[in-house]
Amino acid sequence: MRPKMPKQKPRERIKNFDPVALGLSEEQARLEAKRCLQCKKPLCVKGCPVEIDIPAFIKLIAEGKFNQAAEKIKEKNNLPAICGRVCPQETQCEIECILGEKSTPIAIGVLERFAADWQLNQFKVESSKSKVQKTQTAKKRQTAKVAVVGSGPAGLTCAADLAKIGYRVSIFESLHKPGGVLIYGIPEFRLPKKILNAEVDYVRTLGVELQENILIGKTFSLTDLFSQGYEAIFIAVGAGLPQFLNIPGENLDRVYSANEFLTRVNLMKAYLFPEYDTPINMGRKIAVIGAGNVAFDAARSALRLGAEETSIVYRRSEKEMPARAEEVENAKEEGIKFFLLTLPVKIISDDKGYVKAMECLKMRLGEEDSSGRRRPIPIEGSEFTLNVDTVIVAIGQKPNPLLTKATPQLKTGKNGVIIVEKKTQSTNLKGVYAGGDITTGADTVISAMGAGKRAAKAINNYIREAA
Amino acid sequence: MNKIISREELAPNIKKLILEAPFVADKVQPGQFVVIVVDEKGERIPLTVVDKDKKQGTITLIFQEVGKTTCRLGQLKATEEIHSLLGPLGKATEIKRVGKVITVGGGVGIAEVYPVTHAFKEAGNKVTSIIGVRNKDLLFLEQELRKVSDELLVATDDGSYGHRGNVCDVLKEIFPFAKADLVYAVGPVVMMQAICELTRPSGTKTLVSLNPIMVDATGMCASCRVSIKGEMKFGCVDGPEFDAHEVDFDQLAKRLKLFSKQEKKAMECCKDR
Repeated sequence: MRPKMPKQKPRERIKNFDPVALGLSEEQARLEAKRCLQCKKPLCVKGCPVEIDIPAFIKLIAEGKFNQAAEKIKEKNNLPAICGRVCPQETQCEIECILGEKSTPIAIGVLERFAADWQLNQFKVESSKSKVQKTQTAKKRQTAKVAVVGSGPAGLTCAADLAKIGYRVSIFESLHKPGGVLIYGIPEFRLPKKILNAEVDYVRTLGVELQENILIGKTFSLTDLFSQGYEAIFIAVGAGLPQFLNIPGENLDRVYSANEFLTRVNLMKAYLFPEYDTPINMGRKIAVIGAGNVAFDAARSALRLGAEETSIVYRRSEKEMPARAEEVENAKEEGIKFFLLTLPVKIISDDKGYVKAMECLKMRLGEEDSSGRRRPIPIEGSEFTLNVDTVIVAIGQKPNPLLTKATPQLKTGKNGVIIVEKKTQSTNLKGVYAGGDITTGADTVISAMGAGKRAAKAINNYIREAA
Repeated sequence: MNKIISREELAPNIKKLILEAPFVADKVQPGQFVVIVVDEKGERIPLTVVDKDKKQGTITLIFQEVGKTTCRLGQLKATEEIHSLLGPLGKATEIKRVGKVITVGGGVGIAEVYPVTHAFKEAGNKVTSIIGVRNKDLLFLEQELRKVSDELLVATDDGSYGHRGNVCDVLKEIFPFAKADLVYAVGPVVMMQAICELTRPSGTKTLVSLNPIMVDATGMCASCRVSIKGEMKFGCVDGPEFDAHEVDFDQLAKRLKLFSKQEKKAMECCKDR
């Protein structure tokens, strides 16, 4: 049987920001790896957006060759310790696993995480040394410069792949720390900064240069980058534009976008205030609107900051929740409350401009809509008031419009996504490629990485043809 | 890391820093700002760029020491470095020849009206500047502003220098005769609101540069959201300048107080260190 991931006990973990899932032991990992049937035509690989040779790395784990297993994953995936934690394997590789038909699929994600963590712990220094030597020889072959805009999953992946080929790659990041959504969005208890930094360091050892505090569209334009000698540009600036419900009271004090709440807590470490300077002002009863992974990240962070009661407020039912099942389960264990089939219509103010309560409507589910989920319909006269003093709006993010607004010649589509050719991630501008959430709207880490890989391949072809 | 070239105290608690920031110096326009982080554990705060030197690759920041971050910033000496600096951010002021312009700066807002005043003057406008502080000792940039204005009027609350009263009192006196085509004001929220009400009856175009709380300042967190004509806008990317007659100042004032308790606590911890 599939091993159960050891976790911190709910009662303890809601008081800290330490990782919830603790990882497998060597024995557990080998035992699970041995369950793999080593299919000749593995379906799991088809489910992986970056086509990791899953049976091969699992075989290496079964044989106890953990470092080689990690190297095998890295042939396709530059950020395995991250993906092992945040990828929705249950809907991608694991759902394809043939074992799933009769029993439970192989725990591919957990094994990926195991191999990556094992290497980070054991071989950190050595492996980076060998990488540096590799890149130095590679550098002699290639001198072309490529600019990558944004250091999230898509940007890091594209940069790493190009550096492996031998290009001189610079990543431009607007924040003061690299990682994009991995550092501002995903909380410490789900993706420790130590792990993120180790994987970013790995990308650096490949020869990638990271420049923080540069906002492309303001500090430099795309034209500036070309005139600085970059031959191609990959835009991976993410979906950073928070959405609001457009209901009365959304500008009250203690109403936050999930982006702001999580950025304060994660990137700026408000949970360590006053040791760190950035504060958060939160009440006792928190409502998080939305039921995606971001909503759950916010709700569980609020709990850890000391909230007495934290609720997910969602207009559909549990079945339609976009969050990973694992995160929903974690949240339930931690005591998060659920107000399902509930639509907020108004946030009510006290006399000082702070949130006092939230007025909601009950919903029922109607016919399926274009997303294949049943459409929520308000029930007339079902108004009720939720007693909350803090509201976090987590109903989605749209592509960040800053760079596209500053570059009007770049073709965009619905919701401001940059329009790209699917196979190559090329935009309508010569030498300019784009990928990740800026081209799709908010999506998974791994699909952004897949786009980064396609772009790296296409950029390599483009530069070779141009030469 | 950005190196500090020089530090100067312009008035009690008002400091001027010249910092190395070649990319910003190259691009920045009047009305734009930068976000700085003092050290590894610091917060991100926005500060208006008051001046630049493209050749030297430096920018000038002027700020009042009101919180932990500005106090720490004010303690840094030449050759020391700050952790991060991002910019230029926000929309630049639309500088055109409109005729008669009145710029109004209250308190540390004086620093922020300086680059805009300078630019309006250079664009061929007739510029009157009005600046106000509590008393004579707190006055700064007077000579610099005089150089770039056709007329400079100073107000002090206690009458120790120039007109007795605040900048609104001065504007009230001259406004009916001034025939201004544009009023540009920066200062405390109550001041900007008062100026706004003063110019509303005549419908004189009035711009204010708002100072909402920001985190990333790239349009991502929405901490800086303000109501403009009832519509949600982000101070960092849609502003910081807005048509004063469309701003919900009461909401802005409330949102600015959100972290006042924490800010006090941070200051106390800072003093303890």
